[in-house]
Amino acid sequence: MTSHSRLKITLLQVLVAIGFLLAWHIATTTSLFADPRKMQFFFSTPTNVLARTWKQLSGAEIWYHLGITLTETILAFVFGATGGVLCGFLFARRELLAAVFDPYIKAANALPRVVLAPIFALWFGLGIWSKVALGFTLVFFIVFFNVYQGVREVSQTVLANARMLGMNERQLMRHVYWPAAMTWMFSSLHTSVGFALVGAVVGEYLGSSAGLGYKIHEAESVFDVTGVFSGMLILTIFVIVLDTIVTMIENRLLVWRPGQSTTTANG
Amino acid sequence: MQAVSAAPETAGEAARPPAISLAGIDITFALKDGGRYQAVKGVDLSVAPGEFVAVVGPTGCGKSTLLNAAAGLLQPSAGKVGILGEGLAGINLKAGYLFQLDALMPWKTALQNVAVALEPQGVPAREAEERARAWLARVGLRAFTDRYPHMLSGGQKKRVALAQVLIRDPKILLMDEPFGPLDAQTRQIMGNLLLDLWAQDRKAVMFVTHDLEEAISLSDRVVVMSAGPAAGIVGDYRVPLSRPRDIADIRLDRDFHEIHRQIWQTLKVEVQKAYAAGEGRDMA
Ligand SMILES: Nc1ncnc2c1ncn2[C@@H]1O[C@H](COP(=O)(O)OP(=O)(O)OP(=O)(O)O)[C@@H](O)[C@H]1O
Ligand SMILES: [Mg+2]
Repeated sequence: MTSHSRLKITLLQVLVAIGFLLAWHIATTTSLFADPRKMQFFFSTPTNVLARTWKQLSGAEIWYHLGITLTETILAFVFGATGGVLCGFLFARRELLAAVFDPYIKAANALPRVVLAPIFALWFGLGIWSKVALGFTLVFFIVFFNVYQGVREVSQTVLANARMLGMNERQLMRHVYWPAAMTWMFSSLHTSVGFALVGAVVGEYLGSSAGLGYKIHEAESVFDVTGVFSGMLILTIFVIVLDTIVTMIENRLLVWRPGQSTTTANG
Repeated sequence: MQAVSAAPETAGEAARPPAISLAGIDITFALKDGGRYQAVKGVDLSVAPGEFVAVVGPTGCGKSTLLNAAAGLLQPSAGKVGILGEGLAGINLKAGYLFQLDALMPWKTALQNVAVALEPQGVPAREAEERARAWLARVGLRAFTDRYPHMLSGGQKKRVALAQVLIRDPKILLMDEPFGPLDAQTRQIMGNLLLDLWAQDRKAVMFVTHDLEEAISLSDRVVVMSAGPAAGIVGDYRVPLSRPRDIADIRLDRDFHEIHRQIWQTLKVEVQKAYAAGEGRDMA
Protein backbone atom coordinates (compact mmCIF):
# COMPACT_ATOMS: atom_id res chain seq x y z
CA MET A 1 0.00 0.00 0.00
CA THR A 2 1.42 3.40 -0.90
CA SER A 3 1.74 6.20 1.62
CA HIS A 4 -0.72 8.16 -0.44
CA SER A 5 -3.63 5.75 -0.02
CA ARG A 6 -2.60 5.26 3.61
CA LEU A 7 -3.07 8.97 4.22
CA LYS A 8 -6.31 8.89 2.32
CA ILE A 9 -7.67 6.10 4.47
CA THR A 10 -6.71 7.91 7.65
CA LEU A 11 -8.40 11.07 6.42
CA LEU A 12 -11.55 9.17 5.55
CA GLN A 13 -11.52 7.50 8.94
CA VAL A 14 -11.31 10.87 10.65
CA LEU A 15 -14.08 12.11 8.41
CA VAL A 16 -16.35 9.27 9.54
CA ALA A 17 -15.72 10.19 13.18
CA ILE A 18 -16.43 13.86 12.50
CA GLY A 19 -19.56 12.99 10.57
CA PHE A 20 -20.82 10.80 13.38
CA LEU A 21 -20.13 13.41 16.08
CA LEU A 22 -21.67 16.12 13.93
CA ALA A 23 -24.83 14.10 13.34
CA TRP A 24 -25.05 13.36 17.02
CA HIS A 25 -24.47 17.03 17.83
CA ILE A 26 -27.11 18.27 15.43
CA ALA A 27 -29.63 15.69 16.51
CA THR A 28 -29.28 16.59 20.17
CA THR A 29 -28.87 20.35 20.07
CA THR A 30 -31.35 21.44 17.40
CA SER A 31 -35.05 20.79 17.26
CA LEU A 32 -34.63 18.95 13.98
CA PHE A 33 -35.96 15.63 15.32
CA ALA A 34 -37.38 16.47 18.68
CA ASP A 35 -37.13 18.82 21.60
CA PRO A 36 -33.35 19.14 22.30
CA ARG A 37 -33.87 18.78 26.03
CA LYS A 38 -35.66 15.52 25.54
CA MET A 39 -33.02 14.32 23.08
CA GLN A 40 -30.26 15.26 25.49
CA PHE A 41 -31.86 13.29 28.26
CA PHE A 42 -31.68 10.14 26.14
CA PHE A 43 -28.55 10.74 24.10
CA SER A 44 -26.56 13.48 25.86
CA THR A 45 -24.37 15.50 23.49
CA PRO A 46 -20.86 14.84 22.18
CA THR A 47 -19.49 17.97 23.77
CA ASN A 48 -20.98 17.05 27.12
CA VAL A 49 -19.58 13.52 26.93
CA LEU A 50 -16.14 14.72 25.91
CA ALA A 51 -16.16 17.43 28.54
CA ARG A 52 -17.21 14.94 31.21
CA THR A 53 -14.58 12.45 30.09
CA TRP A 54 -11.92 15.09 30.19
CA LYS A 55 -13.04 16.25 33.61
CA GLN A 56 -13.00 12.70 34.91
CA LEU A 57 -9.61 11.87 33.48
CA SER A 58 -8.12 15.01 35.00
CA GLY A 59 -9.61 14.19 38.39
CA ALA A 60 -8.27 11.59 40.80
CA GLU A 61 -11.38 9.50 41.38
CA ILE A 62 -11.56 7.76 37.97
CA TRP A 63 -7.96 6.63 38.27
CA TYR A 64 -8.83 4.88 41.46
CA HIS A 65 -11.64 3.00 39.68
CA LEU A 66 -9.40 2.28 36.69
CA GLY A 67 -6.80 0.94 39.08
CA ILE A 68 -9.32 -1.43 40.62
CA THR A 69 -10.47 -2.70 37.22
CA LEU A 70 -6.89 -3.10 36.05
CA THR A 71 -5.97 -5.04 39.19
CA GLU A 72 -8.93 -7.38 38.74
CA THR A 73 -8.10 -7.86 35.06
CA ILE A 74 -4.46 -8.66 35.73
CA LEU A 75 -5.23 -11.02 38.60
CA ALA A 76 -7.92 -12.82 36.59
CA PHE A 77 -5.55 -13.15 33.68
CA VAL A 78 -2.58 -14.34 35.71
CA PHE A 79 -4.56 -16.94 37.64
CA GLY A 80 -6.60 -18.04 34.64
CA ALA A 81 -3.60 -18.32 32.35
CA THR A 82 -1.49 -20.13 34.94
CA GLY A 83 -4.27 -22.58 35.69
CA GLY A 84 -5.05 -23.03 32.01
CA VAL A 85 -1.43 -23.67 31.05
CA LEU A 86 -0.85 -26.14 33.88
CA CYS A 87 -4.08 -28.07 33.35
CA GLY A 88 -3.81 -27.97 29.56
CA PHE A 89 -0.28 -29.26 29.80
CA LEU A 90 -1.14 -32.00 32.27
CA PHE A 91 -4.17 -33.16 30.31
CA ALA A 92 -2.27 -33.20 27.05
CA ARG A 93 0.40 -35.42 28.54
CA ARG A 94 -1.96 -37.72 30.45
CA GLU A 95 -4.37 -39.42 28.08
CA LEU A 96 -6.44 -41.02 30.83
CA LEU A 97 -6.97 -37.77 32.70
CA ALA A 98 -8.11 -36.07 29.51
CA ALA A 99 -10.48 -38.91 28.62
CA VAL A 100 -12.08 -39.00 32.07
CA PHE A 101 -12.55 -35.25 32.47
CA ASP A 102 -13.48 -34.51 28.87
CA PRO A 103 -17.29 -34.34 29.32
CA TYR A 104 -17.03 -32.27 32.50
CA ILE A 105 -14.72 -29.76 30.96
CA LYS A 106 -16.97 -29.42 27.94
CA ALA A 107 -19.99 -28.97 30.20
CA ALA A 108 -18.27 -26.38 32.38
CA ASN A 109 -17.16 -24.49 29.31
CA ALA A 110 -20.66 -24.53 27.84
CA LEU A 111 -22.10 -22.81 30.89
CA PRO A 112 -22.62 -19.05 30.40
CA ARG A 113 -20.24 -17.71 33.02
CA VAL A 114 -22.31 -14.59 33.79
CA VAL A 115 -24.77 -16.67 35.79
CA LEU A 116 -21.93 -17.44 38.18
CA ALA A 117 -21.45 -13.79 39.09
CA PRO A 118 -24.03 -13.73 41.92
CA ILE A 119 -22.65 -16.97 43.34
CA PHE A 120 -19.14 -15.60 43.29
CA ALA A 121 -20.41 -12.44 45.00
CA LEU A 122 -21.89 -14.70 47.68
CA TRP A 123 -18.72 -16.73 48.07
CA PHE A 124 -16.05 -14.06 47.73
CA GLY A 125 -17.95 -10.89 48.75
CA LEU A 126 -18.39 -7.70 46.79
CA GLY A 127 -14.68 -6.84 46.72
CA ILE A 128 -12.28 -7.57 43.91
CA TRP A 129 -12.07 -11.33 44.41
CA SER A 130 -15.54 -12.13 43.08
CA LYS A 131 -14.59 -10.28 39.86
CA VAL A 132 -11.27 -12.04 39.68
CA ALA A 133 -13.11 -15.35 40.02
CA LEU A 134 -15.47 -14.48 37.18
CA GLY A 135 -12.60 -13.41 34.94
CA PHE A 136 -10.71 -16.55 35.91
CA THR A 137 -13.49 -18.85 34.70
CA LEU A 138 -13.45 -17.06 31.36
CA VAL A 139 -9.68 -16.96 30.87
CA PHE A 140 -9.01 -20.44 32.17
CA PHE A 141 -10.94 -22.27 29.48
CA ILE A 142 -9.56 -20.26 26.58
CA VAL A 143 -5.99 -20.86 27.66
CA PHE A 144 -6.71 -24.44 28.67
CA PHE A 145 -8.10 -25.46 25.29
CA ASN A 146 -5.37 -23.66 23.40
CA VAL A 147 -2.55 -25.20 25.38
CA TYR A 148 -4.13 -28.64 25.35
CA GLN A 149 -4.47 -28.55 21.59
CA GLY A 150 -1.06 -27.03 21.10
CA VAL A 151 0.81 -29.59 23.15
CA ARG A 152 -1.02 -32.48 21.54
CA GLU A 153 -0.32 -31.21 18.08
CA VAL A 154 3.40 -30.69 18.50
CA SER A 155 5.01 -31.71 15.22
CA GLN A 156 5.83 -35.42 15.33
CA THR A 157 8.97 -34.76 13.34
CA VAL A 158 10.25 -32.15 15.78
CA LEU A 159 9.50 -34.57 18.59
CA ALA A 160 11.18 -37.54 16.91
CA ASN A 161 14.18 -35.35 16.14
CA ALA A 162 14.48 -34.23 19.75
CA ARG A 163 14.33 -37.84 20.89
CA MET A 164 16.98 -38.83 18.37
CA LEU A 165 19.18 -36.11 19.86
CA GLY A 166 18.95 -38.12 23.07
CA MET A 167 16.64 -35.87 25.05
CA ASN A 168 15.06 -37.42 28.13
CA GLU A 169 11.52 -36.73 29.26
CA ARG A 170 12.56 -33.67 31.25
CA GLN A 171 14.50 -32.18 28.37
CA LEU A 172 11.64 -32.86 25.97
CA MET A 173 9.37 -30.95 28.34
CA ARG A 174 11.73 -28.04 28.51
CA HIS A 175 12.68 -27.77 24.85
CA VAL A 176 9.63 -29.06 23.02
CA TYR A 177 6.39 -29.34 24.98
CA TRP A 178 6.76 -26.25 27.12
CA PRO A 179 7.62 -23.85 24.28
CA ALA A 180 4.72 -25.30 22.29
CA ALA A 181 2.38 -24.70 25.22
CA MET A 182 3.63 -21.15 25.70
CA THR A 183 3.16 -20.40 22.02
CA TRP A 184 -0.45 -21.34 22.21
CA MET A 185 -0.89 -19.46 25.44
CA PHE A 186 0.44 -16.34 23.76
CA SER A 187 -1.54 -16.84 20.61
CA SER A 188 -4.67 -16.60 22.75
CA LEU A 189 -3.32 -13.60 24.64
CA HIS A 190 -5.57 -10.96 23.06
CA THR A 191 -8.68 -13.01 23.61
CA SER A 192 -7.84 -14.01 27.14
CA VAL A 193 -6.85 -10.52 28.28
CA GLY A 194 -10.07 -9.26 26.71
CA PHE A 195 -12.08 -11.83 28.61
CA ALA A 196 -10.29 -11.05 31.86
CA LEU A 197 -11.47 -7.47 31.41
CA VAL A 198 -14.99 -8.56 30.53
CA GLY A 199 -15.09 -10.63 33.72
CA ALA A 200 -13.95 -7.68 35.78
CA VAL A 201 -16.32 -5.13 34.27
CA VAL A 202 -19.37 -7.40 34.23
CA GLY A 203 -18.66 -8.40 37.82
CA GLU A 204 -18.40 -4.77 38.87
CA TYR A 205 -21.52 -3.90 36.97
CA LEU A 206 -23.53 -6.60 38.71
CA GLY A 207 -22.46 -5.70 42.21
CA SER A 208 -19.58 -3.76 43.67
CA SER A 209 -18.52 -0.41 45.03
CA ALA A 210 -15.56 0.31 42.81
CA GLY A 211 -14.26 -0.07 39.28
CA LEU A 212 -15.29 1.10 35.83
CA GLY A 213 -18.26 -1.25 35.67
CA TYR A 214 -19.47 0.21 38.92
CA LYS A 215 -19.08 3.76 37.63
CA ILE A 216 -21.14 2.98 34.55
CA HIS A 217 -23.78 1.23 36.62
CA GLU A 218 -23.91 4.14 39.05
CA ALA A 219 -24.47 6.63 36.24
CA GLU A 220 -27.12 4.40 34.72
CA SER A 221 -29.09 4.14 37.93
CA VAL A 222 -29.58 7.91 38.04
CA PHE A 223 -30.23 8.15 34.28
CA ASP A 224 -27.02 10.10 33.83
CA VAL A 225 -26.57 9.29 30.15
CA THR A 226 -23.54 11.57 29.87
CA GLY A 227 -21.93 9.61 32.68
CA VAL A 228 -22.70 6.26 31.02
CA PHE A 229 -21.27 7.36 27.68
CA SER A 230 -18.17 8.88 29.19
CA GLY A 231 -17.68 5.70 31.25
CA MET A 232 -17.93 3.69 28.05
CA LEU A 233 -15.47 6.01 26.32
CA ILE A 234 -12.97 5.63 29.15
CA LEU A 235 -13.44 1.86 29.06
CA THR A 236 -12.76 1.86 25.32
CA ILE A 237 -9.60 3.90 25.71
CA PHE A 238 -8.55 1.53 28.48
CA VAL A 239 -9.09 -1.52 26.26
CA ILE A 240 -7.13 0.01 23.39
CA VAL A 241 -4.19 0.81 25.66
CA LEU A 242 -4.27 -2.69 27.16
CA ASP A 243 -4.46 -4.29 23.73
CA THR A 244 -1.53 -2.25 22.47
CA ILE A 245 0.56 -3.39 25.42
CA VAL A 246 -0.42 -7.00 24.72
CA THR A 247 0.60 -6.62 21.08
CA MET A 248 3.95 -5.25 22.17
CA ILE A 249 4.52 -8.16 24.55
CA GLU A 250 3.45 -10.62 21.88
CA ASN A 251 5.84 -9.20 19.30
CA ARG A 252 8.65 -9.46 21.80
CA LEU A 253 7.94 -13.06 22.79
CA LEU A 254 6.96 -14.60 19.49
CA VAL A 255 9.76 -13.30 17.30
CA TRP A 256 10.41 -16.80 16.06
CA ARG A 257 6.96 -17.19 14.59
CA PRO A 258 6.42 -16.96 10.84
CA GLY A 259 4.15 -14.14 9.82
CA GLN A 260 5.44 -12.00 12.67
CA SER A 261 8.45 -10.99 10.66
CA THR A 262 8.78 -7.39 9.65
CA THR A 263 10.06 -6.12 6.37
CA THR A 264 11.35 -2.65 5.84
CA ALA A 265 8.90 -1.02 3.49
CA ASN A 266 9.27 2.49 2.14
CA GLY A 267 6.93 4.55 4.24
CA MET B 1 30.76 -54.67 -11.39
CA GLN B 2 27.66 -55.86 -9.80
CA ALA B 3 26.80 -58.02 -6.89
CA VAL B 4 23.26 -58.93 -6.07
CA SER B 5 24.00 -60.23 -2.63
CA ALA B 6 23.78 -58.96 0.90
CA ALA B 7 27.07 -60.56 1.88
CA PRO B 8 29.60 -58.16 3.35
CA GLU B 9 31.89 -57.16 0.52
CA THR B 10 34.66 -55.94 2.69
CA ALA B 11 36.10 -59.24 3.79
CA GLY B 12 38.93 -57.63 5.73
CA GLU B 13 36.42 -55.85 7.91
CA ALA B 14 34.69 -59.04 8.93
CA ALA B 15 36.17 -58.85 12.41
CA ARG B 16 34.51 -55.53 13.11
CA PRO B 17 30.77 -55.77 13.70
CA PRO B 18 28.66 -53.91 11.16
CA ALA B 19 27.54 -50.42 12.09
CA ILE B 20 23.98 -51.31 11.19
CA SER B 21 22.73 -54.81 10.75
CA LEU B 22 19.14 -55.49 9.88
CA ALA B 23 18.30 -59.19 9.92
CA GLY B 24 15.00 -60.63 8.81
CA ILE B 25 13.11 -57.42 9.41
CA ASP B 26 9.31 -57.52 9.02
CA ILE B 27 7.26 -54.42 9.67
CA THR B 28 3.50 -54.60 9.77
CA PHE B 29 1.28 -51.65 10.57
CA ALA B 30 -2.07 -52.02 12.27
CA LEU B 31 -4.53 -49.88 10.34
CA LYS B 32 -7.27 -47.80 11.90
CA ASP B 33 -9.98 -49.89 10.24
CA GLY B 34 -8.68 -53.02 11.95
CA GLY B 35 -6.74 -54.27 8.94
CA ARG B 36 -3.02 -54.76 8.65
CA TYR B 37 -0.50 -53.55 6.17
CA GLN B 38 2.80 -55.32 5.81
CA ALA B 39 5.16 -52.65 4.58
CA VAL B 40 8.47 -54.48 4.79
CA LYS B 41 9.21 -58.20 4.71
CA GLY B 42 12.37 -60.18 5.38
CA VAL B 43 14.88 -57.41 4.91
CA ASP B 44 18.54 -58.24 5.53
CA LEU B 45 20.88 -55.31 5.20
CA SER B 46 24.14 -54.48 6.80
CA VAL B 47 26.18 -51.32 6.66
CA ALA B 48 29.85 -51.61 7.54
CA PRO B 49 31.62 -48.98 9.64
CA GLY B 50 32.63 -46.11 7.40
CA GLU B 51 30.43 -47.29 4.56
CA PHE B 52 28.05 -44.99 2.71
CA VAL B 53 24.99 -46.96 1.64
CA ALA B 54 22.15 -45.47 -0.35
CA VAL B 55 18.71 -47.04 -0.32
CA VAL B 56 16.52 -46.39 -3.34
CA GLY B 57 13.06 -47.63 -4.14
CA PRO B 58 9.71 -46.45 -5.46
CA THR B 59 7.68 -44.08 -3.35
CA GLY B 60 5.81 -45.74 -0.52
CA CYS B 61 7.88 -48.91 -0.58
CA GLY B 62 9.05 -48.58 3.01
CA LYS B 63 12.35 -46.72 2.92
CA SER B 64 11.47 -44.35 5.73
CA THR B 65 9.95 -47.23 7.65
CA LEU B 66 13.16 -49.21 7.43
CA LEU B 67 15.21 -46.19 8.46
CA ASN B 68 12.95 -45.62 11.45
CA ALA B 69 13.54 -49.20 12.50
CA ALA B 70 17.29 -48.59 12.38
CA ALA B 71 16.76 -45.40 14.37
CA GLY B 72 14.78 -47.19 17.04
CA LEU B 73 11.79 -44.93 16.44
CA LEU B 74 9.82 -47.95 15.30
CA GLN B 75 9.84 -51.47 16.64
CA PRO B 76 9.96 -54.10 13.87
CA SER B 77 7.29 -56.81 14.04
CA ALA B 78 9.97 -59.41 13.51
CA GLY B 79 13.73 -59.54 13.02
CA LYS B 80 16.73 -58.06 14.71
CA VAL B 81 18.32 -54.64 14.56
CA GLY B 82 21.97 -54.64 15.55
CA ILE B 83 23.98 -51.47 16.05
CA LEU B 84 27.76 -51.82 16.25
CA GLY B 85 27.37 -55.37 17.38
CA GLU B 86 24.72 -54.76 20.03
CA GLY B 87 21.01 -55.42 19.82
CA LEU B 88 18.99 -52.21 19.64
CA ALA B 89 16.45 -51.46 22.35
CA GLY B 90 14.70 -48.09 22.31
CA ILE B 91 16.11 -45.03 20.59
CA ASN B 92 19.37 -45.52 18.71
CA LEU B 93 21.55 -42.94 20.41
CA LYS B 94 24.61 -43.90 18.40
CA ALA B 95 22.92 -42.55 15.30
CA GLY B 96 22.15 -39.08 14.05
CA TYR B 97 18.97 -38.76 11.99
CA LEU B 98 18.38 -36.20 9.27
CA PHE B 99 14.66 -36.09 8.62
CA GLN B 100 12.73 -35.77 5.41
CA LEU B 101 10.63 -32.92 6.82
CA ASP B 102 11.54 -29.87 8.88
CA ALA B 103 12.61 -31.07 12.28
CA LEU B 104 14.20 -27.97 13.79
CA MET B 105 12.58 -26.48 16.85
CA PRO B 106 10.90 -23.38 15.42
CA TRP B 107 11.17 -21.50 18.71
CA LYS B 108 14.95 -21.75 18.80
CA THR B 109 17.49 -19.85 16.71
CA ALA B 110 19.89 -21.74 14.48
CA LEU B 111 22.52 -21.49 17.20
CA GLN B 112 20.18 -22.68 19.94
CA ASN B 113 18.98 -25.55 17.78
CA VAL B 114 22.51 -26.79 17.27
CA ALA B 115 23.69 -26.13 20.82
CA VAL B 116 20.74 -27.94 22.39
CA ALA B 117 21.90 -31.15 20.71
CA LEU B 118 24.78 -31.25 23.17
CA GLU B 119 22.61 -30.87 26.26
CA PRO B 120 21.72 -34.57 26.55
CA GLN B 121 25.45 -35.30 26.70
CA GLY B 122 25.82 -32.95 29.63
CA VAL B 123 27.98 -30.36 27.86
CA PRO B 124 27.86 -27.03 29.74
CA ALA B 125 25.76 -24.40 27.98
CA ARG B 126 28.63 -22.00 27.37
CA GLU B 127 30.79 -24.65 25.74
CA ALA B 128 27.85 -26.04 23.74
CA GLU B 129 27.25 -22.59 22.31
CA GLU B 130 30.88 -22.17 21.28
CA ARG B 131 30.92 -25.54 19.57
CA ALA B 132 27.58 -24.84 17.88
CA ARG B 133 28.98 -21.59 16.54
CA ALA B 134 31.94 -23.46 15.10
CA TRP B 135 29.67 -26.05 13.51
CA LEU B 136 27.44 -23.44 11.93
CA ALA B 137 30.55 -21.89 10.44
CA ARG B 138 31.57 -25.27 9.04
CA VAL B 139 28.25 -25.63 7.23
CA GLY B 140 28.55 -22.08 5.92
CA LEU B 141 26.08 -20.33 8.19
CA ARG B 142 28.36 -18.09 10.21
CA ALA B 143 26.20 -15.07 9.50
CA PHE B 144 22.91 -16.77 10.29
CA THR B 145 23.38 -17.99 13.85
CA ASP B 146 20.63 -15.83 15.32
CA ARG B 147 17.97 -16.53 12.72
CA TYR B 148 14.89 -18.53 13.57
CA PRO B 149 14.09 -21.43 11.22
CA HIS B 150 11.31 -19.55 9.43
CA MET B 151 13.82 -16.87 8.48
CA LEU B 152 16.06 -19.43 6.76
CA SER B 153 15.78 -20.86 3.27
CA GLY B 154 15.15 -24.57 2.75
CA GLY B 155 18.83 -25.19 2.04
CA GLN B 156 19.92 -23.19 5.06
CA LYS B 157 17.54 -25.15 7.28
CA LYS B 158 19.08 -28.37 6.04
CA ARG B 159 22.51 -27.02 6.88
CA VAL B 160 21.38 -26.25 10.42
CA ALA B 161 19.89 -29.74 10.70
CA LEU B 162 23.13 -31.23 9.46
CA ALA B 163 25.13 -29.26 12.04
CA GLN B 164 22.64 -30.29 14.73
CA VAL B 165 23.13 -33.96 13.89
CA LEU B 166 26.89 -33.87 13.36
CA ILE B 167 27.78 -31.86 16.45
CA ARG B 168 26.94 -34.92 18.53
CA ASP B 169 29.50 -36.85 16.52
CA PRO B 170 27.34 -39.94 16.07
CA LYS B 171 28.96 -43.11 14.75
CA ILE B 172 26.11 -43.61 12.33
CA LEU B 173 24.16 -41.23 10.11
CA LEU B 174 20.63 -42.00 9.02
CA MET B 175 19.31 -39.71 6.32
CA ASP B 176 15.81 -39.72 4.91
CA GLU B 177 15.74 -37.87 1.59
CA PRO B 178 17.42 -35.01 3.41
CA PHE B 179 17.74 -32.88 0.28
CA GLY B 180 14.41 -33.90 -1.20
CA PRO B 181 12.62 -30.55 -1.21
CA LEU B 182 15.62 -28.56 -2.45
CA ASP B 183 16.24 -27.31 -5.96
CA ALA B 184 18.79 -29.10 -8.17
CA GLN B 185 21.72 -26.75 -7.59
CA THR B 186 21.23 -26.61 -3.86
CA ARG B 187 21.05 -30.40 -3.78
CA GLN B 188 24.43 -30.62 -5.44
CA ILE B 189 25.95 -28.09 -3.10
CA MET B 190 24.52 -29.92 -0.11
CA GLY B 191 25.68 -33.25 -1.50
CA ASN B 192 29.25 -31.98 -1.83
CA LEU B 193 29.09 -30.48 1.65
CA LEU B 194 27.91 -33.79 3.01
CA LEU B 195 30.69 -35.70 1.25
CA ASP B 196 33.27 -33.22 2.55
CA LEU B 197 32.11 -33.60 6.11
CA TRP B 198 31.76 -37.34 5.75
CA ALA B 199 35.29 -37.73 4.34
CA GLN B 200 36.73 -36.25 7.53
CA ASP B 201 35.74 -39.14 9.78
CA ARG B 202 33.83 -41.63 7.62
CA LYS B 203 30.73 -42.37 9.60
CA ALA B 204 28.56 -45.26 8.52
CA VAL B 205 25.71 -43.75 6.48
CA MET B 206 22.34 -45.10 5.47
CA PHE B 207 21.00 -42.61 2.97
CA VAL B 208 17.45 -42.95 1.69
CA THR B 209 16.52 -41.27 -1.56
CA HIS B 210 14.30 -41.80 -4.56
CA ASP B 211 16.84 -40.06 -6.78
CA LEU B 212 19.09 -42.72 -8.31
CA GLU B 213 21.67 -40.22 -9.58
CA GLU B 214 22.00 -38.74 -6.13
CA ALA B 215 22.31 -42.25 -4.65
CA ILE B 216 25.11 -43.27 -7.01
CA SER B 217 27.06 -40.03 -6.82
CA LEU B 218 27.15 -40.07 -3.02
CA SER B 219 27.46 -43.70 -2.01
CA ASP B 220 29.68 -46.75 -1.95
CA ARG B 221 26.77 -49.09 -2.34
CA VAL B 222 23.24 -48.75 -3.66
CA VAL B 223 20.49 -50.98 -2.33
CA VAL B 224 17.25 -51.25 -4.30
CA MET B 225 13.96 -51.96 -2.56
CA SER B 226 11.00 -53.54 -4.28
CA ALA B 227 7.56 -51.98 -4.48
CA GLY B 228 5.30 -52.56 -1.46
CA PRO B 229 3.45 -54.20 0.14
CA ALA B 230 5.91 -56.59 1.74
CA ALA B 231 8.82 -54.78 0.17
CA GLY B 232 12.23 -56.38 0.29
CA ILE B 233 15.65 -55.82 -1.14
CA VAL B 234 15.97 -56.77 -4.81
CA GLY B 235 19.34 -55.36 -5.69
CA ASP B 236 22.62 -54.51 -4.04
CA TYR B 237 25.26 -52.76 -6.16
CA ARG B 238 28.75 -51.60 -5.40
CA VAL B 239 29.51 -48.19 -6.91
CA PRO B 240 32.85 -48.35 -8.73
CA LEU B 241 33.67 -44.67 -8.49
CA SER B 242 36.72 -43.26 -6.77
CA ARG B 243 36.76 -40.65 -4.05
CA PRO B 244 36.97 -37.79 -3.45
CA ARG B 245 34.14 -36.97 -5.80
CA ASP B 246 32.44 -33.88 -7.04
CA ILE B 247 28.87 -34.94 -7.41
CA ALA B 248 28.21 -32.61 -10.33
CA ASP B 249 31.24 -33.74 -12.33
CA ILE B 250 30.91 -37.40 -11.52
CA ARG B 251 27.64 -37.60 -13.38
CA LEU B 252 29.56 -37.20 -16.61
CA ASP B 253 31.75 -40.22 -15.84
CA ARG B 254 31.43 -43.32 -18.08
CA ASP B 255 31.37 -45.67 -15.09
CA PHE B 256 28.59 -43.58 -13.61
CA HIS B 257 26.43 -44.17 -16.67
CA GLU B 258 27.17 -47.86 -16.69
CA ILE B 259 26.22 -48.44 -13.07
CA HIS B 260 23.23 -46.16 -13.45
CA ARG B 261 22.03 -48.26 -16.39
CA GLN B 262 22.42 -51.49 -14.42
CA ILE B 263 20.61 -50.28 -11.30
CA TRP B 264 17.90 -48.58 -13.28
CA GLN B 265 16.96 -51.87 -14.93
CA THR B 266 16.11 -53.29 -11.53
CA LEU B 267 14.59 -50.14 -10.17
CA LYS B 268 12.47 -49.45 -13.24
CA VAL B 269 10.55 -52.68 -12.79
CA GLU B 270 9.73 -51.79 -9.20
CA VAL B 271 8.76 -48.22 -10.03
CA GLN B 272 6.37 -49.53 -12.70
CA LYS B 273 4.90 -52.05 -10.25
CA ALA B 274 4.38 -49.35 -7.66
CA TYR B 275 2.75 -47.15 -10.26
CA ALA B 276 0.42 -49.92 -11.43
CA ALA B 277 -0.51 -50.76 -7.85
CA GLY B 278 -1.24 -47.12 -7.17
CA GLU B 279 -3.48 -46.93 -10.23
CA GLY B 280 -5.31 -50.05 -9.16
CA ARG B 281 -5.91 -48.66 -5.69
CA ASP B 282 -7.27 -45.45 -7.15
CA MET B 283 -9.78 -47.31 -9.26
CA ALA B 284 -10.95 -49.50 -6.41
N1 LIG C 1 1.86 -45.43 10.59
C1 LIG C 1 1.50 -46.13 9.49
N2 LIG C 1 0.34 -46.81 9.46
C2 LIG C 1 -0.02 -47.52 8.37
N3 LIG C 1 0.69 -47.57 7.25
C3 LIG C 1 1.86 -46.90 7.20
C4 LIG C 1 2.32 -46.15 8.32
N4 LIG C 1 3.52 -45.59 8.00
C5 LIG C 1 3.77 -45.98 6.73
N5 LIG C 1 2.79 -46.77 6.26
C6 LIG C 1 2.76 -47.41 4.93
O1 LIG C 1 3.95 -48.13 4.76
C7 LIG C 1 4.44 -47.96 3.45
C8 LIG C 1 5.85 -47.47 3.48
O2 LIG C 1 5.89 -46.12 3.93
P1 LIG C 1 7.23 -45.27 3.95
O3 LIG C 1 6.93 -43.96 4.55
O4 LIG C 1 8.30 -46.07 4.59
O5 LIG C 1 7.53 -45.12 2.40
P2 LIG C 1 8.78 -44.47 1.69
O6 LIG C 1 9.44 -45.55 0.94
O7 LIG C 1 9.59 -43.71 2.66
O8 LIG C 1 8.10 -43.51 0.65
P3 LIG C 1 8.56 -42.03 0.16
O9 LIG C 1 9.68 -42.22 -0.81
O10 LIG C 1 7.36 -41.51 -0.53
O11 LIG C 1 8.96 -41.25 1.37
C9 LIG C 1 3.49 -47.02 2.74
O12 LIG C 1 2.65 -47.79 1.89
C10 LIG C 1 2.70 -46.38 3.82
O13 LIG C 1 1.39 -46.15 3.39
MG1 LIG D 1 9.86 -41.60 3.08
